[in-house]
Amino acid sequence: MKLDINGRQHEVDVPDDMPLLWVLRDVIGLTGTKFGCGMAQCGACTVHVDGQAIRSCVTPASSLAGKKIATIESLGIDGSHPVQRAWIEEDVVQCGYCQSGQIMSAVALLAVKPKPDDADIDAAMAGNICRCGTYQRIRSAVHRAAELSRENGNDA
Amino acid sequence: MTHESDTLAAPSRRRFLATSTALAGGLVIACFVPLGSRKLFAQEGAAPAPAPMDPNAFVRIASDNSVTVLLKHSEMGQGVWTSIPMVLAEELDCDWDRVRVLNAPNAAVYSNLAFGIQGTGGSTSTLECFDQMRMAGATARAMLIEAAARQWQVEAGNCRTERGFVICGDKKASYGDLADAAAALKAPANVRLKDPSKWTLIGKPTPRLDSLAKVNGTAGFGIDVARPGLLVAVLARAPVFGGKVKRLDASRTRAVAGVVDVVQIPRGVAVLARHTWAAKQGREALEIEWDNGAGASLSTVAMRKDYRKLAQKPGLIAREAGNIEAALKSSRKRVEAVYEVPFLAHAPMEPLNCTVEISEAGCEIWTGTQFQGVDQGVVAQILGITPEQVKIHTQFLGGGFGRRANPVSDFIAEAVQVAKAANKPVKLVWMREDDIRGGYYRPMWVSRLAAALGKDGMPSAWTHTVVGQSIAAGTPFAPMMIKDGIDATSIEGAADSPYLAAIPAVRIDLHSPESPIPVLWWRSVGHSHTGFVVESFVDELAHAAKTDPLAYRRQLLPAGSRNLKALELAAREFGWGKPLAEGHAAGMAVHESFGSHVAQVAEVSVEDGRIRVHRVVCAVDCGPVVNPMTVEAQMQSAIAFGLSAALHSEITFKDGKVEQSNFHDYKVLKFDEMPKVEVHVVNSSEKMGGVGEPGLPPIAPAVANAIFALTGKRLRTLPLSMA
Repeated sequence: MKLDINGRQHEVDVPDDMPLLWVLRDVIGLTGTKFGCGMAQCGACTVHVDGQAIRSCVTPASSLAGKKIATIESLGIDGSHPVQRAWIEEDVVQCGYCQSGQIMSAVALLAVKPKPDDADIDAAMAGNICRCGTYQRIRSAVHRAAELSRENGNDA
Repeated sequence: MTHESDTLAAPSRRRFLATSTALAGGLVIACFVPLGSRKLFAQEGAAPAPAPMDPNAFVRIASDNSVTVLLKHSEMGQGVWTSIPMVLAEELDCDWDRVRVLNAPNAAVYSNLAFGIQGTGGSTSTLECFDQMRMAGATARAMLIEAAARQWQVEAGNCRTERGFVICGDKKASYGDLADAAAALKAPANVRLKDPSKWTLIGKPTPRLDSLAKVNGTAGFGIDVARPGLLVAVLARAPVFGGKVKRLDASRTRAVAGVVDVVQIPRGVAVLARHTWAAKQGREALEIEWDNGAGASLSTVAMRKDYRKLAQKPGLIAREAGNIEAALKSSRKRVEAVYEVPFLAHAPMEPLNCTVEISEAGCEIWTGTQFQGVDQGVVAQILGITPEQVKIHTQFLGGGFGRRANPVSDFIAEAVQVAKAANKPVKLVWMREDDIRGGYYRPMWVSRLAAALGKDGMPSAWTHTVVGQSIAAGTPFAPMMIKDGIDATSIEGAADSPYLAAIPAVRIDLHSPESPIPVLWWRSVGHSHTGFVVESFVDELAHAAKTDPLAYRRQLLPAGSRNLKALELAAREFGWGKPLAEGHAAGMAVHESFGSHVAQVAEVSVEDGRIRVHRVVCAVDCGPVVNPMTVEAQMQSAIAFGLSAALHSEITFKDGKVEQSNFHDYKVLKFDEMPKVEVHVVNSSEKMGGVGEPGLPPIAPAVANAIFALTGKRLRTLPLSMA
């Protein structure tokens, strides 16, 4: 099957029921997207499909032909994306394992709500678990990312 | 140190190397590690054996003036990747912006000085190596100065340093330029450490050094390791602890596309495949008949009944003063209560995993572990090689919380057994269900307390019977941690409670029933239950004495004590006694653990029968602070982790099987449940304590005490429930 991931075409030969998560991690080698639960309960595997945040651990790759998939790697390696910058400035991360998923959920939120309030953030981030308890700083970072995006001319 | 080049060549580090220069050359600091006879744990009989006086490498300076710190601790979120290099850099006087960090290999020289082996835990990291890292930095600086002095033919004493340069009059050379010459010098036996008043980095809020890698997806966790020819394995474990395979049919598994092999090891049946999905599908296709053994009848409902019964009679005495029976009998007012806490899984976000390659030379391991010093011995024993032949490439840990410090290295041993049986390089990955159901757990505990109150309302007698499995029993740690049948971790925070000093009749005793359920330290260990129990019970006594909980604690705690100072600070910052929003109430708790004193005041409400925690004010006295940002983050983190246990999490057994399986039924704190946490650090020059765990014990009792203040209902069982 053909997959459009981060703007690149990938031809993969995998079973139809194989979730996107394992195609990304084990076949293509994009390991920024994390495995946490395998049943859409923790959000560690969050990626975008046509701009929407989805849980890649329960989404068969075969259902994504012709769609645009974006992973944490699409935000760039230098940390200059407004959401990455906000995360760094707020010193959000601890173990860091859940943060790819947290960030992808936040990016998707800001794309539809450039100026989210706390309730918007609660709703958008409700499916992302962090065992280190960085929630409070994530909340601050989402607000900051919204500001940074506005300063940057809204490229989040 | 023969492993360094291997570690530096590890795949997750290549990106870094590509942007660095001449890392292999330059200065490798050899310095003698002074070993104090610290005694961090009460249960530790003797000081750890001195490490060999090997030259060791904690810092490297490359020709481009970049400084690489080799970190002997595992970064699992607690911030050592930043705080420990800060200590070294303070003395080295280098440019902080040029500091990079690498995981040290496993070697005796990287031992945790509190443990005597390499490992991260017990909230020891920063305090155990504080002097060692200062020495390493100061030694390197002295050698760089000496190199410059020789080059310029001046007195070393006339040279100074500034942000990575040695300066003497109009002469100036970078550390990078001096590194090769300095490396050829003999390390000085004595170096002078900076006076704390001159510190510029220690104590300064410093952002984490691992942020970028953790926001762009490049941070290398164990589960991300890729090696040529590496197969992914998942293991079918017996559904009941102690169970064994009776009959196995793997024919359907072998037919699954991508499955390469099926092997049996002591704990179950491993399916090896080209990718995780195939391994998982293959495991589901296994037909296994298990002999569940003696554990098959086990249930936590029955165990709790047994524990409650045991709690009615005294166990082994851990602490005794006065005549407790007489004091209770003759009391005019008596308060009694039974508290219960469940088994808990650590459930770190990164499921356990371990990558193994066995070769003629030995064995290489890539994993996130807290216990390299134990792991290398376990691996060596399985393979019949020496511990020195085991090379551990420590990765970032996607959470640890104690789970990755296993006295029998369970998740590493399994992976080595699979790689050995299959004779192939293997990455064994636990599914979340394996993590929830495969052990190891924080023990279930039942506590019975009774106190007699005198005329003044203060306790004249206090007894506390603890019932729960020993964590150390049956492990190599038993001789060190169990004295006269008492596992110190079972009663820590109870037998040494500061409230007891002023009480004439005291008895703390312990029952340690056995079960097939594997138990382990879980963030704050014994304090995770004793903090809840003791601080709830003190609150009960305060109410029985019709005294404000703060005033009551003021009377019970020694004046000027660190606990009391922390409590006063938290109460003041919270605004204790001031009116709260309609339907809200506050509760407090203070507890010492791991050498730090933490007080918390929680503001709660109950909405539709659901407990909501709105705000937590936390005050911590951990002695001198290296990075205030780390302390704040660790308090927030421990409060969140503790709230998971206070409000949601519980592992139960029925017919020998764990009833929970994933985050839908092993519930943890969610985003919208996170209270606003305000952290205040006591300005303290007392002895340095840890910060990874001490923020946890006070949160459950603070919330439970607030619920009592709000509803009059005393909740004595975790997770707290209004039902």
